[in-house]
Amino acid sequence: MNALQSLAPTVIPPEDEALRTEIRRFLREATRTMPAERRARSWSGHDAEFSRELGRRGWIGITFPEAYGGGGRSAFARYVIAEELLNVGAPVAAHWIADRQSGPLLLKYGTDAQKQRHLPAICRGESYFCIGMSEPGAGSDLASVRTRARRDGAGWVLNGQKIWTTHAHHCQYMIALVRTSGEVGDRQGGLSQLIVDLSLPGITVRPIEDLSGDFHFCEVFFDNVQLDDDALIGEEGNGWAQVVAELAFERSGPERFYSSMVLLDEWLAWIRTPAGRTPNAERLAGRIVAHLAPIRALSLAITAKLAAGESPVVEAALVKDLGTTVEQLLPTLIADDLHARPFADLPASLMGTLDYTMLAAPSYSLRGGTRDILRGMIARGLGLR
Amino acid sequence: MDSLFTDAVRDMLHDHCTPELVREVEAGGTADTLWKLLESAGFADALVPESAGGAGLSWAEAAPVLELFGRHALPLPLGETMLVRSLVAAASVTVPPGLTTLACAAPADDETVSCPHVPCGRLAATVLVAFDGEARLLPTAGARRAVFGFKLDAAMVWPLQAWHDAAPTRLRPPLSLRTLQAAIYSVQLAGAMAAVLERSLEYANDRQQFGKPIGKFQAIQHQLSLMSEHVFASRMAAQLCMPAEGAVFDELRVAMAKARASEAAVEVAALSHSIHGAIGFTAEYPLQLLTRRLHAWRQTAGSESAWHDVIGRALLTKTDAPSLDLLRRLTDMA
Repeated sequence: MNALQSLAPTVIPPEDEALRTEIRRFLREATRTMPAERRARSWSGHDAEFSRELGRRGWIGITFPEAYGGGGRSAFARYVIAEELLNVGAPVAAHWIADRQSGPLLLKYGTDAQKQRHLPAICRGESYFCIGMSEPGAGSDLASVRTRARRDGAGWVLNGQKIWTTHAHHCQYMIALVRTSGEVGDRQGGLSQLIVDLSLPGITVRPIEDLSGDFHFCEVFFDNVQLDDDALIGEEGNGWAQVVAELAFERSGPERFYSSMVLLDEWLAWIRTPAGRTPNAERLAGRIVAHLAPIRALSLAITAKLAAGESPVVEAALVKDLGTTVEQLLPTLIADDLHARPFADLPASLMGTLDYTMLAAPSYSLRGGTRDILRGMIARGLGLR
Repeated sequence: MDSLFTDAVRDMLHDHCTPELVREVEAGGTADTLWKLLESAGFADALVPESAGGAGLSWAEAAPVLELFGRHALPLPLGETMLVRSLVAAASVTVPPGLTTLACAAPADDETVSCPHVPCGRLAATVLVAFDGEARLLPTAGARRAVFGFKLDAAMVWPLQAWHDAAPTRLRPPLSLRTLQAAIYSVQLAGAMAAVLERSLEYANDRQQFGKPIGKFQAIQHQLSLMSEHVFASRMAAQLCMPAEGAVFDELRVAMAKARASEAAVEVAALSHSIHGAIGFTAEYPLQLLTRRLHAWRQTAGSESAWHDVIGRALLTKTDAPSLDLLRRLTDMA
C-alpha cells in the first residue's frame, strides 16, 4: 500500500513482558497516596525524586548500552515499563523526554564524550532534557527556524528564541534545532542540533501558563550564549535529517494514546458500582476499548520496526493521529455519559480527574506535531504529494 | 503454502469475480459458474484438514483469502461455506452440497424455525441454523423466503418439521455461530475498505479540477489520511482476531474486530463518496459495489454496538483490573 507498509501483530518477548509484574508492584505502592487528579497529569507531571527512584531501579535508559549506565535491553522492555507508568499516571515528566528521545538521539549521533557525559546521568534520573524546536515564527513550519549559532573560535555563539518548550524550566539541557549556516530561505539546509546547557549566562527561561492553570511549557531566550565546540550533535547541517529520525520515536509510543487512561480507570471504577452501572456506560466502555486495542497493536508493530533499525516515520504519524483522536475523545464521551444521568452521586475525585483531562486534551494533538502536519505526512506516504 | 493459496484465489477472483458478474448476481442472476470454479479449485475446503482432503489452512493463514473476498465484493457466502465445511469435518458430518451460510433463528415457537436475517441467503443451498441451543443444516429449498434489506440477503422461515427432519449434527462450535460469522465479516470488511482506499487514491490522483489533481488539495489529502487510519486500525483488529494453527477464536477479540471494522465502514464509505463526488453515486461507477457492501456487512452478525456491549460487559464484570489488562489480552501475541 504505497509507502505505508502494512503493520503486522507483534510479540512482546517474554523476558521483556516479565518486567511488568515488578514495576506494577512498585507503582501500586509508590502512587498509593497520589490523588487521581494528580496522576491524570501522567507524563506532564514533574517529580524529580520519583524519577531518581525509577533511575535507581534501572527503569530509565533501559534500552541504552550498559557501558553508559543503561539496561542494554530491547525497545519492548521500555515499552512495557512505559505502559505501566502511563496507565497508573506516574509523574514521569522529569526524565521522559531524555529517556524517550534525547538519549537515543545522542546514542545515534553523539560523540563518545557526549555519551559519557550525559547518558549515565539520564539513566540515574538526574539529568533532564527538553526539545527546542518551535519558535514564534516556526511552529508547524519547523524548517523556518531563525535561532542561529555562529562559529566563534572553538565554539559557538547562540542567539534567538524558542517557544512552547515543554518543561524547560525544570531541565538542565535543551537539544535545540538551530541555523548554523545559510538563511531562512534555505529551509531544511543549514540546520544543526546543539546541546545547550540551560544554566549558561545569556539564557532566560519563562514558563507560560496553560489553560489548565499548569506551567508546563516555556519560552526560552538566547542572548549571545557561548557554547563549547562539543555542543554540536552529529554533523553540522544535518539537523533536519536527525530531527526527522527522532520524530518516529516521539510519535509512535504509548503516550500517544494513554494520556486519558487515569480518567478511564477512574470512570470504570465508578461504573462498576451498582450506582454507576448502566447499559449506556457498558456500551461506551466497550467502544473505547475497541478503539484503543488496535492502536496498541499498531504501536507495538512500529516498535518492532524501530527495534529493527527502520525509521517508520509515516506509520508513526498515522498511529499518533489515531491515538490522540481517541485519547482526546475520551473525556468528552465520559462527560456525556456522566451528565446524561438524571441524578447521580458522582465521586469528587472522578469529577476532578475529568475536569483536568478535559482541559489537557487539546494539547494531545498539538505536542509532537499537529494533526494537520501528521495528515500531510500520511498523505505524502500515500503518494498524494 | 498459504501465500500460494492466496495467490490462486486472487487470480481466480480477478478473472471471474468481475464487477459485471457482481452486478449480474445482484440483479438476480446465478452465481453457479463462479461457485463451481471456486469449489473445483478446492477453495471451499481451505480450512478442512489435509487428512480430510482440504488445504489445512489455519484461520490466520486464511485471513488474506477472506480479505480478497472483501476486495472483490464477492457476492457469495464463501467465507461461511469455508467455516461450515471446517466445522462439519471436525464433527464427521456429511458435507452439505452447494453454498452454505449461517443464521440464527428467533426463539422457539410451536410451528416454525424463523431466521429473520440470513446473510447471502439468496445464494445459499443450505443454512447452518442455530436454534434452541443446537445447530442443524437446513436446505433453503424448504424455506419460505422473503427479501431482507440487502439484495443478497433473505429472511427465511421453515416449518418446524424441517428442523426435525434435519439430522442432529453434533456440531458444537466453541462459540456462537454469530461470533464466528462476525470474525469472517470483520476480515472481509477490512479487505473491502482497503480496496475503497486504493480506488479513492487513484481517483484523487486522476481527477482534475482547478487545473490540478484533486489529491493535491489539502482537504482531500486529509480525508484520505483519515481513511487510511481507519483501514489500518480495522485491518490490525481483524488480524488479531484470527487464530493461528491449533488456537480457537477468542470472543472478545472478535468483538473488537467486528466493532472496529463496523464503525470504520461507515466512515470509510462516507469519505470515499465525499471524495468521488457525483460519479461515485452512479450505478455505473464501481465504487458503489464496495460501499454498499460496507454498509451491508456492518449490519451482518452484529453492528458495532452489539459488540461494544460484549466488550463492555467483560470490562465491567472483571472486578478492578486496570483497563490495560484487557487491552493486553486483546492484542498480545503468544
